[in-house]
Order: sequence, then structure tokens, then C-alpha cells
Amino acid sequence: MAKGGIVAGCLAPHPPHLVYAENPEQNEPVSEGGWEQLRWGYERLRESLKDVDYDVIVILSPHWQTYVGTHFIGVEKCSSKSVDPVFPNLFRFNYDLSIDVELAKAIHDQAESEGMSVKMMTNPDFRVDYGTIVSCHMVRPEWDKPIVSISSNRSLSYYSVEVMQEMMIELGKSTAKAIEESGKKCLLIASNSLSHRHFVTETNPPEDMSKEHITSHAMHLWDMRMIEMMREGKSQQIINEMPEFCEQAIAETDGGALTWLLSAMGTPSEPAILHGYGTIIGTGNAIIEWPCRNWGA
Amino acid sequence: MSGEIIKSLIVPAHPHPVLCPEKNEGWQRVRDAYDEARRQIEASDADLIIVYSTLWPSVIGHQIQADPNPEWVMVDADFHDLGSIHYSLRIDTEFAKAWNQANIKRGLESRTVSYHGFPVDVGSVVALELLNPDNRIPAVICSTNVYSNRAETTVLAKACMDVVKAQGKKAVAVSVMSLSNRMFTEPIEPHEDRIHSLKDDEWNRKILEFLSEGRLEDVGQLSRTIHDQIRVKKVVAFKPMWWLSAMNDNRNDLTGEVLAYEPIHGAGAAVVILNPESNGTGDKEYDEDDVDYYGGDRDVLESNKDSETNLQINSGPELYDPVEGANAVNTNKAPKPVGAYPHARREGDLIYLSGVGPRQPGDNSIPGGPIKDSNGNPLNYDIKAQTRAVVDNIARILEEAGSSLDKVIDVTSFLVDMDRDFSGYNEVWAETLGKVGPTRTTLAIRALPTPIAVEMKVIAKA
Repeated sequence: MAKGGIVAGCLAPHPPHLVYAENPEQNEPVSEGGWEQLRWGYERLRESLKDVDYDVIVILSPHWQTYVGTHFIGVEKCSSKSVDPVFPNLFRFNYDLSIDVELAKAIHDQAESEGMSVKMMTNPDFRVDYGTIVSCHMVRPEWDKPIVSISSNRSLSYYSVEVMQEMMIELGKSTAKAIEESGKKCLLIASNSLSHRHFVTETNPPEDMSKEHITSHAMHLWDMRMIEMMREGKSQQIINEMPEFCEQAIAETDGGALTWLLSAMGTPSEPAILHGYGTIIGTGNAIIEWPCRNWGA
Repeated sequence: MSGEIIKSLIVPAHPHPVLCPEKNEGWQRVRDAYDEARRQIEASDADLIIVYSTLWPSVIGHQIQADPNPEWVMVDADFHDLGSIHYSLRIDTEFAKAWNQANIKRGLESRTVSYHGFPVDVGSVVALELLNPDNRIPAVICSTNVYSNRAETTVLAKACMDVVKAQGKKAVAVSVMSLSNRMFTEPIEPHEDRIHSLKDDEWNRKILEFLSEGRLEDVGQLSRTIHDQIRVKKVVAFKPMWWLSAMNDNRNDLTGEVLAYEPIHGAGAAVVILNPESNGTGDKEYDEDDVDYYGGDRDVLESNKDSETNLQINSGPELYDPVEGANAVNTNKAPKPVGAYPHARREGDLIYLSGVGPRQPGDNSIPGGPIKDSNGNPLNYDIKAQTRAVVDNIARILEEAGSSLDKVIDVTSFLVDMDRDFSGYNEVWAETLGKVGPTRTTLAIRALPTPIAVEMKVIAKA
């Protein structure tokens, strides 16, 4: 069996506003548009991946929060309605997706063998988190690829960013190894924004772009710094500066997805592609692609 | 009609007491305590259960469940292997909508939610499943805002109490929360469960000691310390105690009973009942700002709002230097008049003041905020702050005249919104001029020349 591999890694943020603005048939609320800079960024990402052959999407979302280890969905078909508890006015999405349980279990087993606390989620009533759904929909709206859904272990809450990163680096390595042994080609998604200080009021309508901007200049500076490092291939420096970034930008990278992604890709020194940046209700969001498929052995 | 809180509860959020109490003696004791709390509620004349859940975080202000019958299947994000909880709740939609309006009236960002499939949080589901399994009593559920501070949380409770009183409810207030919330980060067998650390256990017992003595406000004031000591940073701080204390008028002499305290996967799970009967231990020491209206970070989308507001204040009626004359009394320590008149005039043994508002001398700003913006859109303001500023201005003018507040003999007050403001105005009056004892007449009027809510016309002895 040929070795599996990662065709690309993506930073693909999950604000439900983006699905809301797209008006897909699965979503109940209807918008007049909005957040085009980011939606067009996702368009560029989809174009970049259009001819890329891959078997499965592996995604880590900060909105499936687990405190007792890292969990993996272990149910082959997931079909239900996802309603965002924070923005229910924007996101009420009927989903019907497939899980690659075999690969999920392989990553689970590999991580377990490395001493990590992991668990398979096999309850058929479980609702997939909206972060996973939004990111997957924006990257692959056809929903024709199975996914592996990984929870966000909130080790940051119990320990520190440093400990969180140690765990996510290990999980990334386990993910890469399991993928390699599976023989499958995988697209990896870290589903998170960058700076994450929200506005606490909402415009009417929510897609009123005349009121959309970053919450503060400091947040902008941090976002640009992180993006610049991604564009320059400075993955290790991103990991090194993650504690300060998480603290000072209240960054959603505290959920570990970005560190996991960088680790799974081998902490690349190759430059990433920026497909788009924009703010959503004050938070900073970047759509980034690491085109691993082009890096050679 | 006069409503009230007839019981307050602190209950844990984890699903174990619903799904598998038999697996651990402590979980069973939590379940038994929940059952006892349910029996006490059933034996009361409660007609509403108000749930403040730390497991429903919100960003856009606070959200209040208004679906009359939310139904779904709840699966815990961590403990999904324990099973599912099918819930079908009965919500007091009328109360939910009224609470939402009361929040807005008190300056809070707030909205109701009523959507099929909305994921009611595990804490609310567990609490209502065990306290009100047959939906005999309608409930209302409110989120916890991740950014809210004590002032905002207090105002949220006051708005809720506005509606409790207006609708004459006999309400049970429920905070769904853990005490210490550090769980084990690895799976454990049920028989291995214990409070995660001795330090957490000691803090939990201290909290429960206070609560058993009915000292709810003391716990509220310790919330920040408790949060630092035994709470890991999840999405909310130890703020439910702020809400629950404010729901009980920040009292410290309730009658408390701890029905259970046990570990659930390492976290501190307690069932506590607080009754309003005084335990006779004495009054509270309340040393925090008692906020009635929230004027905090609520208009961040209006990036140029401050400059607009200032412009509006400064571009209001033309300001005059006070008119000088033989008997005129003027001072630069009082705001400039909006017409050609003096601050005061001395006639014989009496001093007659022109109408005095809250505007500040120098920058013309309005403590407590203006009542409307430059476009005439109403703004939230603090009537008590405005009233205090009026009294301060009166004192300065009288001081200039060689008199003082304690020589005031007659006051005519003008309010632009009697329904909204009389209570706050009256409270400040009682603290200040009310202690002097002048005669008083209070009138409702349509408007004042500047965007202020209160003005006073004063006569004092020289």
C-alpha cells in the first residue's frame, strides 16, 4: 500500500456569518451577503484545491470542546440540524455528512499508543459542532468527502499554552503517522480565527459591513505578524510566539488547532498562501493554505 | 401585585446525576439532593423557575430562551458515552420577552431566542430535568455573557426582578454551576472520583460554609478570588454568584442549606438551597457599586459615537455668562446658563436659584450620560448620577451665596421621564436633600433645553 499523505493544510476559520452570507440551501436564515473579502478568500482556496486529489478531510475544531482528553467522532453517518448557540439568528444548518471512522480510529489509536488521553465518540445522537460544519462547508460545499472530526482538548484551561502546544504537537505527529500508514490522501483543516475579541453588539442587519472592523489596532498588529510569519514559512516561530499571541490577542489558536496543523505538516519552513483576511464581528480571520503536495518528499 | 424570589438554588451541571447516579454513591447523593430540592419546590407556591446557566455562553449580550417548548436530544461533549437526554421543556415565553425588554430598558444588550433545534445547554437540561421533570412549573433560561462584569451581571438580575415584581411571580432562581471546576483530564472509573485537589476541596467547603449561613453576598464579593483559586478559565468566571446575590437584593442573611456536596469527575458539585427568611446573623457589608443601568461597552460598533455625543452636548443651546446685577449670585463652579439670567438672586433673607441641572462646569458634560444623541435617538443614562450632579451644583451655588444645602426650604423638581426616573431620583433625594427636609414638588415635563433628565428650582435661606 502506498503511503498516505497530507495534500494541504488549511487555516479555515468557522464564523457562521460566512455560511449565513452564502445562503446555501442547508441554512435557514437568509442574508443579503456580507464579509465578501473572506468569502472570496474561501473561493480562492477552493480554486486552489479544485484539481487536488484527496480522500478525506481531517479537521480539528475549537467548538467541540473536551476537557477529558481528545475525542474523535466514531459514527459513520451524522445527520441532524446544527444551531449555533451564540448566533442562532445566523446559523441553523441541516447537515448530512460521512465520517471516516477507520482513519479516526487509526489516529486515536496512534495517539493512545503515544500516551495521550483519547476517546472515540460513538453516541448516534451527538450533534457535530458548528465550527466543523462551517469550515468544511466553506472549504468543500459539495460535502462529497468524508471527514475526521477531532475535538479541541482544552488543556490550556488546566495548564498553559505551553502544555497545550506540547500535547497538540504530539497529536499532530500521531495524525501524520496514522495518515501515512492509512495510505489516504488528506486535507487538514485547523478551524479557528486569529485574534478573537468580539464586539458585544450586533448590527441590524448583521451583514452591515459599514460597521465591520477589527476590535483594536493591537489585534490587527498581532494578526498581521502571524500571517507574515506564515507567508515566510516561519512555523517554528509561530509556535514559539503562541503563548504571547494567545494571551494578548485572546486568540482562538488557544484551542490548539493551528499548532496541531503545523505539527502534522512537520512544522514547515515552506511559505503558506494567504487566500484572504477579514474581520467578523471584530475578530481577525485568515484563510491560509500550506500546499504540502508541492513540497516534494 | 408583588412578585418575589421564594427560593434560590445552586446546582451542578454535569449529566451524571441524570444518566448514571447508581454508578457512584456520591453521584447518587447529588441526585437525592436534587430530588429533595424538587420536592421543596413542589411544596412551595412557585410559579416560575429562572435558570442562569454557566454552560450557555453568549457574546452578543445576554440571550433568553423564548421557545415555548424547546425539544431535542442532548449529548454531553465530554460524557457522551453516558447516554442521551431527551428533553422537552416548558418556557414562560411572556416572561422571557418581558425580561428581554427590561434588560434593554436598563441598558443591556439582550435578545430572545426561539428556534427549532436550538441546543439548550447541558446544565439547563440537567437542572430542569431533575427539578421540574413534568414541566409543572414554567421556566425561563438565560445565558452567561463571556465578557460581562459584575455591574452588567447585577443589572441583568435587577431587570429580571423588575419583571418578577411586575408580573407578581413567585420565582425560584437557579444558578447552574460547579464550585471548583477542574476535572480530571483522563477518564476515571466511577469509584475513583474525588475532588481534584485538596486545595479545591478546602475552598469548596469554605464556600459552602458561607452559603449554609446564608451569606450569599459574601460569596459574591469573593467571586473573583474564588475564580483565581479554584476555577480554570473556561468561558465564564465565577459570576453566577453575582447574579444570584443580586436576585436576592445582595443579602447576606438568608437561610441556607447544603443538601449535597460531592465530586463529579473531579469538579465540586453541590446542591444548595437558600431561603429568603432572615437567619438573624446581621446585615451585609455591601461595598461594590450598586448599578441600576448598564452604561458599559455596549456601543462599540458606533466608533465615532463619543465624538458625536460630545458634539451634541457642546452644540446644544448657546451658553451665556451669568447675568450680573446688584443681588445676583454667580460662580464659575456651576454650569453656564442657557439664557440671560444669573445662577441665583438674593432677596432679603432668601436666595432664589435659577433652574439647576446636572451639567458640569467647564466641559459641560453630563454625569450619567445624556438622554439622547445628536439625532434625537434615546440613550441610556443614569438618573441617580444626574440627580447627584444636580445636588452638587446646587451646593456650589449656595456656597457662593454664603448659604448651604441644609438651608434649602423649597424645591421644585422637573423630570422628563417620571415613569423611568422617579425611583432613582427619589433615592438620591432621600440621601441628600431629603435629610434636610425642604418642601418639594416634582413635575413631569416634556423636555429640558439640554439633553438632561432632571432639573431643580430651589429657594434657600441666606
